[in-house]
Amino acid sequence: MTTTEAYLEGDDRNFTINFGPQHPAAHGVLRLVLELEGEIVERVDPHIGLLHRGTEKLIEHKTYLQALPYFDRLDYVAPMNQEHAFCLAIEKLMDIEVPRRAQFIRVLYSEIGRILSHMLNITTQAMDVGALTPPVWGFEEREKLMVFYERACGSRMHAMYFRPGGVHQDLPPALINDMLNWCDQFPQKLNDIETLLTGNRIFKQRNVDIGVVSKQDCYDWGFSGVMVRGSGLPWDLRRNQPYEVYSELEFQIPLGKNGDCYDRYLCRVEEMHESVKIMRQCLEMMPEGPVMAENNKVTPPRRAAMKQSMEALIHHFKLYTEGFHVPAGEVYTCVEAPKGEFGVYLVADGTNKPYRCHIRAPGFPHLAAMDYLNKGHMLADVSAILGSLDIVFGEIDR
Amino acid sequence: MLDLKDHIEAQLGEAINGCEITSFGKMGSELTVNARRVEIVKVISFLRDDPICKFSSLIDICGVDYPSRERRFDVVYHMLSMAHNTRIRIKVMTDETEPVHSITSLFPNANWYEREAFDMYGILFDQHPDLRRILTDYGFEGYPLRKDFPLSGFVEVRYDEERKAVVYEPVNLPQEYRSFDFMSPWEGAKYVLPGDEKVEEG
Repeated sequence: MTTTEAYLEGDDRNFTINFGPQHPAAHGVLRLVLELEGEIVERVDPHIGLLHRGTEKLIEHKTYLQALPYFDRLDYVAPMNQEHAFCLAIEKLMDIEVPRRAQFIRVLYSEIGRILSHMLNITTQAMDVGALTPPVWGFEEREKLMVFYERACGSRMHAMYFRPGGVHQDLPPALINDMLNWCDQFPQKLNDIETLLTGNRIFKQRNVDIGVVSKQDCYDWGFSGVMVRGSGLPWDLRRNQPYEVYSELEFQIPLGKNGDCYDRYLCRVEEMHESVKIMRQCLEMMPEGPVMAENNKVTPPRRAAMKQSMEALIHHFKLYTEGFHVPAGEVYTCVEAPKGEFGVYLVADGTNKPYRCHIRAPGFPHLAAMDYLNKGHMLADVSAILGSLDIVFGEIDR
Repeated sequence: MLDLKDHIEAQLGEAINGCEITSFGKMGSELTVNARRVEIVKVISFLRDDPICKFSSLIDICGVDYPSRERRFDVVYHMLSMAHNTRIRIKVMTDETEPVHSITSLFPNANWYEREAFDMYGILFDQHPDLRRILTDYGFEGYPLRKDFPLSGFVEVRYDEERKAVVYEPVNLPQEYRSFDFMSPWEGAKYVLPGDEKVEEG
């Protein structure tokens, strides 16, 4: 029976409500049309696209380097992880080798991005289910990490730090020291946040056995990242299809057992502990050396060289006007972004602009399963499930 | 990967127009299957269920537009096998009027991906349960990712204080969108530069 018919028949237990687009638990601009039977959710129809900016269209009209900043604006809580996928795609097509120091820096900043994202997610999810303190504690640590972003590239969020062929600039030595110090104190801060949530009765009542995802659901709905690991599938691209130097680093892949919101929360907390370990290893193992591939047809010359060498000046001019040409071909690259598999499908036609750049955002299939996951749950569980999916609209709407 | 290619070619035979492997040196290689449009459901379900393939998750569906081709659109499917740790790409060709059969019955998440391809390119999907627009605005017209759709679009919106409503107006840019062409005339650029015709004359 549709809602209108129910209304006409005088059955007032069935009704439709609008959740969002301006709702604090909607994590951005999501509009959910919920059909309820009493307090039980019967159908969820997410209306997305309120943050659609036509990123893919814009990228087709920009040179490769100009297209890079758009990736910061996708999942804006972990910007560099997105840039990484795009850089890898270009490097794969052009067959560029990234220097080892740059690989370590990339891994280091990808893990910072992971902590930034998970920290935002677990604390705001706690807020969605009624806890106000965790965001305040968590955001303090995020603030420090953003300062590390700023000290490396000059910007707190929209970094544009990863470039095809390496990273833009080397890290100052003082920054490496400060990061090591941060790694020492962070696990304790994380434990403090855990005391607020992990054993908390209300938090558990709101999350345990809510939004259960089975292993088969993970396959059918194309889930990735924590959504898969929370259900006990050992799948992590850093381990299964390693890129950069992940194969040399030691870290564990935390797995959940039950696939509910609570397990996903626990996975995220454990992943942050592992990320700190990876960060520390990167900082300690990082060799000296260049941070950009020495290939002046792709990477810009050093500023000092431009003062001396006419050729360097020409290269610089050509790279920042015409840009580099990418050989024709198509490629799919993906990275383990905090939210799951972030992929870039790049079609190059041999010119200086991408012919087509499709962005595979991890949140998109997760949100597509909203209807399936929420069916039969209570209205209040909608925000808990939405929170544990880890949705950011920048990447879903693109 | 070569074995997998041979296996797929042997098993699917007529349903596909061949497979190709693109190699990227140290960065691995990618397998692409060019499927026939009418056989897409058969191809996808084979790749999902066959024990040697076992591509159990659908990663992505997207469209690509090649306006110069007779059948201008490619629909590109990416699939992942977690069991064998391999990926595959399936491509079918279509145009504005020929529908591609939906694979929503095989993978429920194809629903949104197909809606997106429909929204962005106007690619039609047969037997899709709910083929609505997904990313663009309510009441949007046109297919924005087609190559013949202008970057600036056709309408712009603003809030009108007098009418107390959001109004749509034709795009009016104070300055045209400037698409600079930095292509070097020595390499790449295929067009005739002004003055080049004099070479022929004299």
